[in-house]
Amino acid sequence: MTPLAIEAHGLVKTFGENRAVDGVDLAVRAGTVYGVLGPNGAGKTTTVRMLTTLLRPDGGSARVLGHDVVDDADEVRKFIGLTGQYASVDEDLTGTENLVLQSRLVGLSRSQSKARAAELLESFDLTEAASRPVKHFSGGMRRRIDLAASLVVTPDVLFLDEPTTGLDPRSRGQVWDIVRDLVAGGTTVLLTTQYLDEADQLADRIAVIDRGTVIAEGTSAELKASVGRSSLHLRLADEAQRDLAERLVAQTLDTIPHRTPEAAVITAPVADPDLVADLMIRLRAEGVGIDEIGVQRPSLDEVFLTLTGHAADDDTERSAA
Amino acid sequence: MSTTTLDQPVRTVATRVERPNPPSPLSASLTLGWRSVLKIRRIPEQLFDVTFQPVIFILMFVYLFGGAVAGSTQEYLQFVLPGILVQTVVMASLYTGISLNTDIGKGIFDRFRSLPIWRPAALVGALLADSIRYVVAAVVCLAVGMAMGFRPGGGVAAVVAACLLVLVFAFSLSWIFAFLGLTMRSAGAVQGVSMLAMFPLTFASNVFVDPSTMPGWLKAWVDVNPVSQLVTAVRGIMAGNPDAGAIGWSLVGCAVLVAVFAPLTVRAYRRKS
Repeated sequence: MTPLAIEAHGLVKTFGENRAVDGVDLAVRAGTVYGVLGPNGAGKTTTVRMLTTLLRPDGGSARVLGHDVVDDADEVRKFIGLTGQYASVDEDLTGTENLVLQSRLVGLSRSQSKARAAELLESFDLTEAASRPVKHFSGGMRRRIDLAASLVVTPDVLFLDEPTTGLDPRSRGQVWDIVRDLVAGGTTVLLTTQYLDEADQLADRIAVIDRGTVIAEGTSAELKASVGRSSLHLRLADEAQRDLAERLVAQTLDTIPHRTPEAAVITAPVADPDLVADLMIRLRAEGVGIDEIGVQRPSLDEVFLTLTGHAADDDTERSAA
Repeated sequence: MSTTTLDQPVRTVATRVERPNPPSPLSASLTLGWRSVLKIRRIPEQLFDVTFQPVIFILMFVYLFGGAVAGSTQEYLQFVLPGILVQTVVMASLYTGISLNTDIGKGIFDRFRSLPIWRPAALVGALLADSIRYVVAAVVCLAVGMAMGFRPGGGVAAVVAACLLVLVFAFSLSWIFAFLGLTMRSAGAVQGVSMLAMFPLTFASNVFVDPSTMPGWLKAWVDVNPVSQLVTAVRGIMAGNPDAGAIGWSLVGCAVLVAVFAPLTVRAYRRKS
Protein backbone atom coordinates (compact mmCIF):
# COMPACT_ATOMS: atom_id res chain seq x y z
CA MET A 1 0.00 0.00 0.00
CA THR A 2 1.58 3.28 -1.12
CA PRO A 3 1.23 6.23 1.24
CA LEU A 4 -1.45 8.84 0.76
CA ALA A 5 -0.42 12.07 -0.93
CA ILE A 6 -3.73 13.79 -0.23
CA GLU A 7 -6.30 12.93 2.40
CA ALA A 8 -9.39 14.93 3.29
CA HIS A 9 -11.93 14.16 5.97
CA GLY A 10 -15.30 15.84 6.04
CA LEU A 11 -14.19 19.08 4.37
CA VAL A 12 -16.83 21.80 4.59
CA LYS A 13 -16.92 25.30 3.14
CA THR A 14 -19.94 27.54 3.28
CA PHE A 15 -20.47 30.85 1.51
CA GLY A 16 -23.38 32.47 3.29
CA GLU A 17 -26.32 30.12 2.89
CA ASN A 18 -24.62 28.03 0.29
CA ARG A 19 -22.74 24.92 1.46
CA ALA A 20 -20.37 24.84 -1.49
CA VAL A 21 -18.48 21.87 -0.08
CA ASP A 22 -20.44 19.73 2.30
CA GLY A 23 -18.34 16.98 3.84
CA VAL A 24 -15.87 15.85 1.18
CA ASP A 25 -13.62 12.84 1.91
CA LEU A 26 -10.73 12.08 -0.39
CA ALA A 27 -7.81 9.66 -0.30
CA VAL A 28 -5.24 9.95 -3.08
CA ARG A 29 -2.33 7.54 -3.23
CA ALA A 30 1.10 8.95 -4.08
CA GLY A 31 2.11 8.68 -7.73
CA THR A 32 -1.40 8.37 -9.11
CA VAL A 33 -3.81 10.60 -11.01
CA TYR A 34 -6.99 11.28 -9.14
CA GLY A 35 -9.96 12.71 -11.00
CA VAL A 36 -12.60 14.84 -9.32
CA LEU A 37 -15.52 14.82 -11.65
CA GLY A 38 -18.60 16.97 -11.45
CA PRO A 39 -20.65 19.66 -13.14
CA ASN A 40 -20.17 23.42 -12.71
CA GLY A 41 -20.89 24.53 -9.18
CA ALA A 42 -20.45 21.05 -7.70
CA GLY A 43 -17.73 22.30 -5.34
CA LYS A 44 -14.64 21.12 -7.24
CA THR A 45 -12.80 24.43 -7.31
CA THR A 46 -13.63 25.20 -3.68
CA THR A 47 -12.24 21.81 -2.68
CA VAL A 48 -9.03 22.44 -4.60
CA ARG A 49 -8.68 25.89 -3.05
CA MET A 50 -8.90 24.37 0.42
CA LEU A 51 -6.39 21.62 -0.40
CA THR A 52 -3.94 24.21 -1.77
CA THR A 53 -4.17 26.41 1.38
CA LEU A 54 -5.92 29.28 -0.43
CA LEU A 55 -9.15 28.88 1.46
CA ARG A 56 -9.65 27.93 5.10
CA PRO A 57 -12.07 25.04 5.57
CA ASP A 58 -15.08 25.74 7.79
CA GLY A 59 -15.09 22.13 8.90
CA GLY A 60 -13.13 18.90 8.54
CA SER A 61 -9.42 18.57 7.88
CA ALA A 62 -7.06 17.82 5.05
CA ARG A 63 -3.43 16.81 4.75
CA VAL A 64 -1.11 17.00 1.78
CA LEU A 65 1.92 14.71 2.06
CA GLY A 66 1.16 14.47 5.76
CA HIS A 67 1.09 18.24 6.36
CA ASP A 68 -2.11 19.82 7.61
CA VAL A 69 -3.39 22.44 5.11
CA VAL A 70 -4.32 24.86 7.89
CA ASP A 71 -1.74 24.39 10.65
CA ASP A 72 1.14 23.56 8.36
CA ALA A 73 0.19 25.63 5.31
CA ASP A 74 3.73 26.89 4.63
CA GLU A 75 5.02 23.34 4.54
CA VAL A 76 2.24 22.28 2.14
CA ARG A 77 3.10 25.15 -0.23
CA LYS A 78 6.64 23.83 -0.58
CA PHE A 79 5.45 20.67 -2.28
CA ILE A 80 2.49 21.63 -4.41
CA GLY A 81 1.85 23.17 -7.79
CA LEU A 82 -1.46 24.70 -8.79
CA THR A 83 -2.96 25.55 -12.14
CA GLY A 84 -6.54 26.48 -12.62
CA GLN A 85 -9.26 28.93 -13.34
CA TYR A 86 -8.15 30.95 -10.35
CA ALA A 87 -4.40 30.50 -10.41
CA SER A 88 -3.06 31.89 -13.63
CA VAL A 89 -0.21 33.94 -14.97
CA ASP A 90 0.09 37.69 -15.54
CA GLU A 91 -1.57 38.62 -18.82
CA ASP A 92 0.45 41.79 -19.27
CA LEU A 93 3.80 40.02 -19.02
CA THR A 94 5.40 37.89 -21.71
CA GLY A 95 5.79 34.13 -21.52
CA THR A 96 9.45 34.45 -20.56
CA GLU A 97 8.79 37.12 -17.94
CA ASN A 98 6.08 35.06 -16.32
CA LEU A 99 8.26 31.97 -16.07
CA VAL A 100 11.27 33.91 -14.80
CA LEU A 101 9.03 35.56 -12.20
CA GLN A 102 7.71 32.20 -11.12
CA SER A 103 11.20 30.69 -10.99
CA ARG A 104 12.52 33.56 -8.88
CA LEU A 105 9.61 33.18 -6.49
CA VAL A 106 10.36 29.53 -5.81
CA GLY A 107 13.94 30.49 -5.06
CA LEU A 108 15.94 29.81 -8.22
CA SER A 109 18.76 32.23 -8.90
CA ARG A 110 18.59 34.79 -11.69
CA SER A 111 20.58 32.72 -14.16
CA GLN A 112 18.85 29.46 -13.22
CA SER A 113 15.51 31.18 -13.70
CA LYS A 114 16.36 32.33 -17.19
CA ALA A 115 17.60 28.90 -18.15
CA ARG A 116 14.55 27.16 -16.72
CA ALA A 117 12.16 29.59 -18.44
CA ALA A 118 13.80 28.96 -21.80
CA GLU A 119 13.74 25.20 -21.21
CA LEU A 120 10.05 25.17 -20.32
CA LEU A 121 9.06 27.40 -23.25
CA GLU A 122 10.88 24.99 -25.54
CA SER A 123 9.24 21.94 -23.94
CA PHE A 124 5.78 23.43 -24.18
CA ASP A 125 6.21 24.54 -27.78
CA LEU A 126 5.97 28.20 -26.83
CA THR A 127 9.38 29.48 -27.92
CA GLU A 128 7.90 31.57 -30.73
CA ALA A 129 5.58 33.29 -28.26
CA ALA A 130 8.26 33.80 -25.61
CA SER A 131 8.39 37.57 -25.97
CA ARG A 132 4.68 38.17 -26.56
CA PRO A 133 2.38 39.28 -23.74
CA VAL A 134 0.29 36.35 -22.55
CA LYS A 135 -2.98 38.14 -23.32
CA HIS A 136 -2.25 37.61 -27.01
CA PHE A 137 -1.87 33.84 -26.57
CA SER A 138 -4.43 31.40 -27.97
CA GLY A 139 -6.48 29.32 -25.52
CA GLY A 140 -4.21 26.28 -25.82
CA MET A 141 -1.00 28.30 -25.48
CA ARG A 142 -2.48 30.07 -22.50
CA ARG A 143 -3.21 26.81 -20.76
CA ARG A 144 0.28 25.52 -21.50
CA ILE A 145 1.96 28.62 -20.05
CA ASP A 146 -0.27 28.30 -16.96
CA LEU A 147 0.84 24.71 -16.62
CA ALA A 148 4.50 25.55 -17.26
CA ALA A 149 4.37 28.14 -14.47
CA SER A 150 3.42 25.37 -12.04
CA LEU A 151 6.37 23.26 -13.16
CA VAL A 152 9.35 25.57 -12.72
CA VAL A 153 10.31 23.17 -10.01
CA THR A 154 8.82 19.70 -10.08
CA PRO A 155 5.89 19.64 -7.67
CA ASP A 156 5.33 16.52 -5.59
CA VAL A 157 1.61 17.09 -5.82
CA LEU A 158 0.09 18.98 -8.72
CA PHE A 159 -3.45 20.33 -8.61
CA LEU A 160 -5.07 20.99 -11.96
CA ASP A 161 -8.40 22.73 -11.82
CA GLU A 162 -10.23 22.05 -15.08
CA PRO A 163 -7.02 22.04 -17.13
CA THR A 164 -8.68 21.48 -20.48
CA THR A 165 -12.00 23.33 -20.24
CA GLY A 166 -12.54 25.18 -23.48
CA LEU A 167 -9.58 23.68 -25.31
CA ASP A 168 -9.63 22.22 -28.81
CA PRO A 169 -8.98 18.47 -29.04
CA ARG A 170 -5.33 18.81 -30.06
CA SER A 171 -4.47 21.16 -27.17
CA ARG A 172 -6.38 18.87 -24.88
CA GLY A 173 -4.28 15.92 -26.00
CA GLN A 174 -1.13 17.94 -25.34
CA VAL A 175 -2.21 18.68 -21.78
CA TRP A 176 -3.01 15.01 -21.27
CA ASP A 177 0.46 14.04 -22.53
CA ILE A 178 2.05 16.45 -20.08
CA VAL A 179 0.04 15.03 -17.19
CA ARG A 180 0.97 11.45 -18.09
CA ASP A 181 4.60 12.40 -18.32
CA LEU A 182 4.60 14.12 -14.96
CA VAL A 183 3.06 11.10 -13.32
CA ALA A 184 5.68 8.91 -14.92
CA GLY A 185 8.21 11.18 -13.20
CA GLY A 186 6.64 10.51 -9.82
CA THR A 187 4.28 13.47 -9.36
CA THR A 188 0.85 12.91 -7.86
CA VAL A 189 -1.87 14.72 -9.80
CA LEU A 190 -5.31 15.72 -8.64
CA LEU A 191 -7.37 17.08 -11.49
CA THR A 192 -10.90 18.36 -11.62
CA THR A 193 -12.91 18.08 -14.77
CA GLN A 194 -16.40 18.27 -16.13
CA TYR A 195 -15.41 15.94 -18.93
CA LEU A 196 -16.24 12.37 -18.24
CA ASP A 197 -13.90 11.06 -20.93
CA GLU A 198 -11.04 13.07 -19.48
CA ALA A 199 -11.41 11.40 -16.09
CA ASP A 200 -11.78 8.08 -17.91
CA GLN A 201 -8.58 8.67 -19.93
CA LEU A 202 -6.30 9.98 -17.21
CA ALA A 203 -7.43 9.11 -13.74
CA ASP A 204 -6.52 5.98 -11.80
CA ARG A 205 -9.38 6.68 -9.45
CA ILE A 206 -12.32 9.03 -9.74
CA ALA A 207 -14.51 10.80 -7.21
CA VAL A 208 -17.84 11.94 -8.58
CA ILE A 209 -18.87 15.08 -6.79
CA ASP A 210 -22.27 16.74 -6.89
CA ARG A 211 -23.64 19.58 -4.76
CA GLY A 212 -20.66 19.56 -2.44
CA THR A 213 -20.49 15.85 -1.63
CA VAL A 214 -18.76 12.81 -3.07
CA ILE A 215 -21.52 10.63 -4.43
CA ALA A 216 -19.35 7.84 -5.82
CA GLU A 217 -15.70 6.85 -5.75
CA GLY A 218 -13.68 4.18 -7.47
CA THR A 219 -11.83 3.28 -10.62
CA SER A 220 -13.42 4.12 -13.91
CA ALA A 221 -14.27 0.45 -14.43
CA GLU A 222 -15.82 0.17 -10.97
CA LEU A 223 -17.97 3.20 -11.54
CA LYS A 224 -19.17 1.84 -14.83
CA ALA A 225 -19.81 -1.56 -13.31
CA SER A 226 -21.91 0.07 -10.59
CA VAL A 227 -24.38 0.95 -13.28
CA GLY A 228 -24.43 -2.72 -14.16
CA ARG A 229 -25.64 -3.45 -17.63
CA SER A 230 -24.47 -2.85 -21.14
CA SER A 231 -26.26 -0.34 -23.23
CA LEU A 232 -27.57 -0.24 -26.76
CA HIS A 233 -26.83 2.71 -28.96
CA LEU A 234 -28.92 2.89 -32.13
CA ARG A 235 -28.90 5.61 -34.76
CA LEU A 236 -31.76 5.49 -37.26
CA ALA A 237 -31.40 6.32 -40.92
CA ASP A 238 -34.76 8.07 -40.81
CA GLU A 239 -35.90 9.73 -37.62
CA ALA A 240 -39.53 9.49 -38.69
CA GLN A 241 -39.33 5.79 -37.84
CA ARG A 242 -38.43 6.52 -34.25
CA ASP A 243 -41.72 5.49 -32.67
CA LEU A 244 -41.77 2.18 -34.50
CA ALA A 245 -38.13 1.53 -33.64
CA GLU A 246 -38.69 2.31 -29.98
CA ARG A 247 -41.56 -0.13 -29.86
CA LEU A 248 -39.43 -2.87 -31.43
CA VAL A 249 -36.57 -2.19 -29.00
CA ALA A 250 -38.94 -2.31 -26.05
CA GLN A 251 -40.55 -5.60 -27.19
CA THR A 252 -37.41 -7.41 -28.27
CA LEU A 253 -35.12 -6.42 -25.40
CA ASP A 254 -37.84 -6.25 -22.78
CA THR A 255 -36.60 -2.84 -21.67
CA ILE A 256 -37.53 0.84 -21.70
CA PRO A 257 -35.59 2.87 -24.27
CA HIS A 258 -34.24 6.34 -23.33
CA ARG A 259 -35.10 9.32 -25.43
CA THR A 260 -31.95 11.27 -26.27
CA PRO A 261 -31.63 14.88 -27.38
CA GLU A 262 -30.85 13.62 -30.87
CA ALA A 263 -34.07 12.65 -32.60
CA ALA A 264 -32.50 9.78 -34.53
CA VAL A 265 -30.68 8.19 -31.57
CA ILE A 266 -32.19 5.65 -29.22
CA THR A 267 -30.33 4.22 -26.24
CA ALA A 268 -31.51 1.43 -24.00
CA PRO A 269 -30.12 -0.68 -21.18
CA VAL A 270 -29.48 -4.25 -22.31
CA ALA A 271 -29.65 -7.19 -19.94
CA ASP A 272 -28.57 -9.80 -22.48
CA PRO A 273 -26.45 -8.53 -25.39
CA ASP A 274 -27.35 -11.64 -27.46
CA LEU A 275 -30.86 -10.28 -27.88
CA VAL A 276 -29.47 -7.41 -29.95
CA ALA A 277 -29.06 -9.82 -32.88
CA ASP A 278 -32.79 -10.59 -32.66
CA LEU A 279 -33.48 -6.87 -32.61
CA MET A 280 -31.50 -6.31 -35.78
CA ILE A 281 -33.44 -9.04 -37.58
CA ARG A 282 -36.76 -7.53 -36.51
CA LEU A 283 -35.68 -4.03 -37.56
CA ARG A 284 -34.81 -5.41 -41.00
CA ALA A 285 -38.12 -7.28 -41.18
CA GLU A 286 -40.06 -4.10 -40.38
CA GLY A 287 -38.03 -2.03 -42.84
CA VAL A 288 -36.34 0.24 -40.28
CA GLY A 289 -33.04 1.55 -41.67
CA ILE A 290 -29.99 1.68 -39.39
CA ASP A 291 -27.16 4.20 -39.59
CA GLU A 292 -25.20 2.91 -36.65
CA ILE A 293 -25.72 0.32 -33.94
CA GLY A 294 -23.59 -0.78 -31.02
CA VAL A 295 -23.59 -2.41 -27.61
CA GLN A 296 -21.25 -0.71 -25.14
CA ARG A 297 -20.28 -0.68 -21.53
CA PRO A 298 -22.05 2.36 -20.11
CA SER A 299 -20.21 5.65 -20.54
CA LEU A 300 -19.38 7.82 -17.56
CA ASP A 301 -22.15 10.12 -18.76
CA GLU A 302 -24.60 7.34 -18.08
CA VAL A 303 -22.91 6.62 -14.77
CA PHE A 304 -23.39 10.22 -13.79
CA LEU A 305 -27.00 10.17 -14.85
CA THR A 306 -27.63 7.04 -12.82
CA LEU A 307 -25.83 8.35 -9.73
CA THR A 308 -27.27 11.82 -9.60
CA GLY A 309 -30.60 11.48 -11.32
CA HIS A 310 -29.67 14.37 -13.57
CA ALA A 311 -27.31 14.77 -16.49
CA ALA A 312 -23.78 16.09 -16.03
CA ASP A 313 -24.49 19.34 -17.84
CA ASP A 314 -27.78 19.98 -16.10
CA ASP A 315 -26.65 22.77 -13.84
CA THR A 316 -29.07 25.54 -14.69
CA GLU A 317 -30.38 25.91 -11.17
CA ARG A 318 -27.05 26.02 -9.44
CA SER A 319 -24.71 28.95 -9.30
CA ALA A 320 -21.10 28.36 -10.25
CA ALA A 321 -19.01 28.46 -7.09
CA MET B 1 2.12 27.68 -35.79
CA SER B 2 4.25 24.65 -35.28
CA THR B 3 2.61 21.27 -35.16
CA THR B 4 5.23 19.47 -33.12
CA THR B 5 3.75 16.85 -30.87
CA LEU B 6 4.79 17.01 -27.28
CA ASP B 7 5.91 13.39 -27.02
CA GLN B 8 9.55 14.26 -27.25
CA PRO B 9 9.83 17.71 -25.62
CA VAL B 10 7.88 16.94 -22.44
CA ARG B 11 10.75 14.76 -21.27
CA THR B 12 12.50 17.90 -20.04
CA VAL B 13 9.41 18.80 -18.06
CA ALA B 14 9.49 15.55 -16.23
CA THR B 15 13.17 15.93 -15.49
CA ARG B 16 13.03 16.57 -11.80
CA VAL B 17 14.02 20.06 -10.78
CA GLU B 18 14.46 20.03 -7.03
CA ARG B 19 12.93 22.87 -5.13
CA PRO B 20 15.56 25.22 -3.70
CA ASN B 21 15.08 27.05 -0.42
CA PRO B 22 12.29 29.62 -0.66
CA PRO B 23 13.45 33.19 -1.33
CA SER B 24 13.93 35.62 1.56
CA PRO B 25 11.15 38.12 2.30
CA LEU B 26 13.23 40.90 0.75
CA SER B 27 14.03 38.92 -2.37
CA ALA B 28 10.39 37.90 -2.85
CA SER B 29 9.20 41.50 -2.37
CA LEU B 30 11.75 42.84 -4.84
CA THR B 31 10.85 40.15 -7.40
CA LEU B 32 7.18 41.06 -7.13
CA GLY B 33 8.10 44.76 -7.32
CA TRP B 34 9.98 43.98 -10.53
CA ARG B 35 6.78 42.50 -11.90
CA SER B 36 4.91 45.75 -11.29
CA VAL B 37 7.69 47.74 -12.95
CA LEU B 38 7.46 45.48 -16.01
CA LYS B 39 3.74 46.20 -16.12
CA ILE B 40 4.39 49.96 -16.12
CA ARG B 41 6.74 49.48 -19.07
CA ARG B 42 4.15 47.37 -20.87
CA ILE B 43 1.28 49.79 -20.26
CA PRO B 44 2.79 53.27 -20.04
CA GLU B 45 -0.70 54.85 -20.16
CA GLN B 46 -0.98 54.08 -16.47
CA LEU B 47 1.51 56.90 -15.89
CA PHE B 48 -0.91 59.56 -17.21
CA ASP B 49 -2.00 60.55 -13.72
CA VAL B 50 1.58 61.29 -12.70
CA THR B 51 2.66 63.01 -15.93
CA PHE B 52 -0.02 64.95 -17.78
CA GLN B 53 -2.27 65.55 -14.81
CA PRO B 54 0.26 67.53 -12.74
CA VAL B 55 1.25 69.56 -15.81
CA ILE B 56 -2.36 70.57 -16.34
CA PHE B 57 -2.86 71.31 -12.65
CA ILE B 58 0.22 73.49 -12.45
CA LEU B 59 -0.57 75.47 -15.60
CA MET B 60 -4.22 75.83 -14.69
CA PHE B 61 -3.81 76.88 -11.08
CA VAL B 62 -0.86 79.18 -11.62
CA TYR B 63 -2.37 81.11 -14.53
CA LEU B 64 -6.00 80.91 -13.40
CA PHE B 65 -5.62 81.86 -9.74
CA GLY B 66 -2.06 83.18 -9.48
CA GLY B 67 -2.89 86.86 -10.07
CA ALA B 68 -6.01 86.81 -7.90
CA VAL B 69 -4.67 84.78 -4.98
CA ALA B 70 -1.09 85.95 -4.68
CA GLY B 71 -0.89 89.12 -6.74
CA SER B 72 1.30 87.59 -9.46
CA THR B 73 1.67 84.24 -11.15
CA GLN B 74 5.37 84.09 -10.24
CA GLU B 75 4.71 84.55 -6.57
CA TYR B 76 1.88 82.00 -6.59
CA LEU B 77 4.09 79.50 -8.39
CA GLN B 78 6.60 79.59 -5.51
CA PHE B 79 3.72 78.90 -3.12
CA VAL B 80 1.67 76.33 -5.02
CA LEU B 81 4.30 74.15 -6.64
CA PRO B 82 5.31 72.20 -3.52
CA GLY B 83 1.59 71.82 -2.82
CA ILE B 84 0.75 70.42 -6.23
CA LEU B 85 3.74 68.09 -5.99
CA VAL B 86 2.36 66.72 -2.73
CA GLN B 87 -1.18 66.53 -4.12
CA THR B 88 -0.06 64.63 -7.23
CA VAL B 89 1.97 62.09 -5.32
CA VAL B 90 -0.74 61.62 -2.70
CA MET B 91 -3.37 61.13 -5.41
CA ALA B 92 -1.07 58.66 -7.19
CA SER B 93 -1.03 56.46 -4.09
CA LEU B 94 -4.70 55.75 -4.73
CA TYR B 95 -3.70 53.68 -7.73
CA THR B 96 -2.20 51.04 -5.42
CA GLY B 97 -5.65 50.00 -4.25
CA ILE B 98 -7.13 49.90 -7.72
CA SER B 99 -4.32 47.80 -9.17
CA LEU B 100 -4.37 45.39 -6.24
CA ASN B 101 -8.09 44.90 -6.61
CA THR B 102 -7.72 44.23 -10.35
CA ASP B 103 -4.87 41.79 -9.76
CA ILE B 104 -6.85 39.81 -7.25
CA GLY B 105 -9.81 39.62 -9.61
CA LYS B 106 -7.57 38.03 -12.23
CA GLY B 107 -6.37 35.23 -10.01
CA ILE B 108 -2.66 35.89 -10.29
CA PHE B 109 -2.60 36.43 -6.52
CA ASP B 110 -3.87 32.92 -5.95
CA ARG B 111 -0.79 31.62 -7.62
CA PHE B 112 1.43 33.81 -5.45
CA ARG B 113 -0.44 32.69 -2.37
CA SER B 114 0.11 29.05 -3.22
CA LEU B 115 3.90 29.59 -3.17
CA PRO B 116 6.11 29.19 -0.10
CA ILE B 117 6.98 32.90 0.01
CA TRP B 118 6.61 35.51 2.75
CA ARG B 119 2.94 36.29 2.48
CA PRO B 120 2.98 40.10 2.48
CA ALA B 121 5.65 40.08 -0.27
CA ALA B 122 3.07 40.65 -3.01
CA LEU B 123 1.76 43.72 -1.17
CA VAL B 124 5.14 45.14 -0.30
CA GLY B 125 6.36 44.55 -3.86
CA ALA B 126 3.40 46.40 -5.34
CA LEU B 127 3.85 49.28 -2.91
CA LEU B 128 7.57 49.52 -3.66
CA ALA B 129 6.93 49.64 -7.40
CA ASP B 130 4.43 52.41 -6.88
CA SER B 131 7.30 54.48 -5.48
CA ILE B 132 8.55 54.70 -9.06
CA ARG B 133 5.30 56.39 -10.00
CA TYR B 134 5.80 58.85 -7.16
CA VAL B 135 9.31 59.67 -8.35
CA VAL B 136 7.99 60.29 -11.86
CA ALA B 137 5.30 62.58 -10.44
CA ALA B 138 7.84 64.55 -8.40
CA VAL B 139 10.24 64.91 -11.31
CA VAL B 140 7.48 66.08 -13.68
CA CYS B 141 6.19 68.65 -11.18
CA LEU B 142 9.66 70.02 -10.51
CA ALA B 143 10.64 70.12 -14.18
CA VAL B 144 7.50 72.01 -15.17
CA GLY B 145 7.81 74.29 -12.16
CA MET B 146 11.46 75.12 -12.83
CA ALA B 147 10.69 75.79 -16.48
CA MET B 148 8.01 78.25 -15.39
CA GLY B 149 10.33 79.99 -12.93
CA PHE B 150 10.08 78.06 -9.66
CA ARG B 151 13.30 78.59 -7.70
CA PRO B 152 13.68 76.55 -4.50
CA GLY B 153 15.90 78.48 -2.09
CA GLY B 154 17.27 75.38 -0.38
CA GLY B 155 19.12 74.02 -3.41
CA VAL B 156 19.30 70.54 -4.87
CA ALA B 157 19.87 68.68 -1.61
CA ALA B 158 16.84 70.31 -0.02
CA VAL B 159 14.62 69.46 -2.99
CA VAL B 160 15.76 65.82 -2.88
CA ALA B 161 15.12 65.67 0.87
CA ALA B 162 11.65 67.17 0.45
CA CYS B 163 10.80 64.65 -2.27
CA LEU B 164 11.98 61.79 -0.06
CA LEU B 165 9.63 62.97 2.67
CA VAL B 166 6.76 63.01 0.17
CA LEU B 167 7.65 59.47 -0.97
CA VAL B 168 7.66 58.17 2.57
CA PHE B 169 4.29 59.78 3.18
CA ALA B 170 2.78 58.35 -0.02
CA PHE B 171 4.13 54.88 0.78
CA SER B 172 2.51 55.10 4.22
CA LEU B 173 -0.77 56.42 2.86
CA SER B 174 -0.92 53.74 0.17
CA TRP B 175 -1.52 51.12 2.88
CA ILE B 176 -5.01 52.62 3.31
CA PHE B 177 -5.72 52.15 -0.36
CA ALA B 178 -4.17 48.69 -0.35
CA PHE B 179 -6.55 47.83 2.47
CA LEU B 180 -9.51 49.16 0.49
CA GLY B 181 -8.26 47.33 -2.59
CA LEU B 182 -8.30 44.05 -0.70
CA THR B 183 -11.63 44.50 1.01
CA MET B 184 -13.82 46.19 -1.61
CA ARG B 185 -15.74 44.28 -4.19
CA SER B 186 -14.59 45.96 -7.41
CA ALA B 187 -11.94 48.32 -8.71
CA GLY B 188 -14.67 50.89 -9.40
CA ALA B 189 -15.79 50.79 -5.77
CA VAL B 190 -12.19 51.24 -4.60
CA GLN B 191 -11.83 54.28 -6.83
CA GLY B 192 -15.12 55.78 -5.62
CA VAL B 193 -14.39 55.40 -1.92
CA SER B 194 -10.78 56.49 -2.30
CA MET B 195 -11.73 59.66 -4.17
CA LEU B 196 -14.17 60.45 -1.40
CA ALA B 197 -11.28 60.39 1.06
CA MET B 198 -8.91 62.11 -1.34
CA PHE B 199 -10.83 65.35 -1.84
CA PRO B 200 -10.97 66.51 1.79
CA LEU B 201 -7.34 65.39 2.20
CA THR B 202 -5.92 67.29 -0.75
CA PHE B 203 -8.29 70.21 -1.42
CA ALA B 204 -9.25 71.01 2.18
CA SER B 205 -5.63 71.75 2.95
CA ASN B 206 -3.07 74.48 2.43
CA VAL B 207 -2.07 73.09 -0.99
CA PHE B 208 -3.67 75.89 -3.00
CA VAL B 209 -4.33 78.75 -0.58
CA ASP B 210 -3.21 80.15 2.76
CA PRO B 211 -5.85 78.92 5.24
CA SER B 212 -5.86 82.18 7.28
CA THR B 213 -8.97 83.49 5.47
CA MET B 214 -10.96 80.26 5.88
CA PRO B 215 -13.92 79.92 8.29
CA GLY B 216 -12.92 78.56 11.71
CA TRP B 217 -14.32 75.04 11.35
CA LEU B 218 -12.55 74.51 8.02
CA LYS B 219 -9.32 76.01 9.30
CA ALA B 220 -9.46 73.64 12.26
CA TRP B 221 -9.51 70.66 9.89
CA VAL B 222 -6.91 72.13 7.55
CA ASP B 223 -4.53 72.61 10.45
CA VAL B 224 -4.74 68.98 11.58
CA ASN B 225 -4.91 67.53 8.08
CA PRO B 226 -1.72 65.49 7.69
CA VAL B 227 -1.44 66.65 4.08
CA SER B 228 -1.25 70.28 5.31
CA GLN B 229 1.52 69.33 7.69
CA LEU B 230 3.35 67.63 4.87
CA VAL B 231 2.92 70.59 2.51
CA THR B 232 4.19 72.99 5.19
CA ALA B 233 7.16 70.72 5.78
CA VAL B 234 7.95 70.42 2.04
CA ARG B 235 7.62 74.18 1.48
CA GLY B 236 9.97 74.84 4.39
CA ILE B 237 12.58 72.34 3.26
CA MET B 238 12.53 73.50 -0.34
CA ALA B 239 12.74 77.16 0.65
CA GLY B 240 15.77 76.42 2.80
CA ASN B 241 14.22 76.97 6.24
CA PRO B 242 12.87 73.61 7.40
CA ASP B 243 10.00 73.64 9.90
CA ALA B 244 10.91 70.98 12.43
CA GLY B 245 7.39 70.83 13.86
CA ALA B 246 5.72 70.18 10.50
CA ILE B 247 8.37 67.60 9.55
CA GLY B 248 7.90 65.89 12.87
CA TRP B 249 4.13 65.75 12.57
CA SER B 250 4.34 64.45 9.01
CA LEU B 251 6.55 61.60 10.15
CA VAL B 252 4.26 60.87 13.07
CA GLY B 253 1.37 60.77 10.58
CA CYS B 254 3.33 58.26 8.46
CA ALA B 255 4.07 56.08 11.46
CA VAL B 256 0.44 56.05 12.55
CA LEU B 257 -0.79 55.19 9.04
CA VAL B 258 1.62 52.27 8.73
CA ALA B 259 1.02 51.07 12.29
CA VAL B 260 -2.73 50.96 11.76
CA PHE B 261 -3.17 50.00 8.14
CA ALA B 262 -0.23 47.68 7.46
CA PRO B 263 -1.45 45.05 9.96
CA LEU B 264 -5.06 45.47 8.82
CA THR B 265 -4.03 45.06 5.20
CA VAL B 266 -1.87 42.03 5.83
CA ARG B 267 -4.67 40.46 7.83
CA ALA B 268 -7.18 41.13 5.05
CA TYR B 269 -4.71 39.62 2.58
CA ARG B 270 -4.26 36.45 4.63
CA ARG B 271 -7.99 36.01 4.96
CA LYS B 272 -8.78 36.82 1.36
CA SER B 273 -10.77 33.98 -0.12
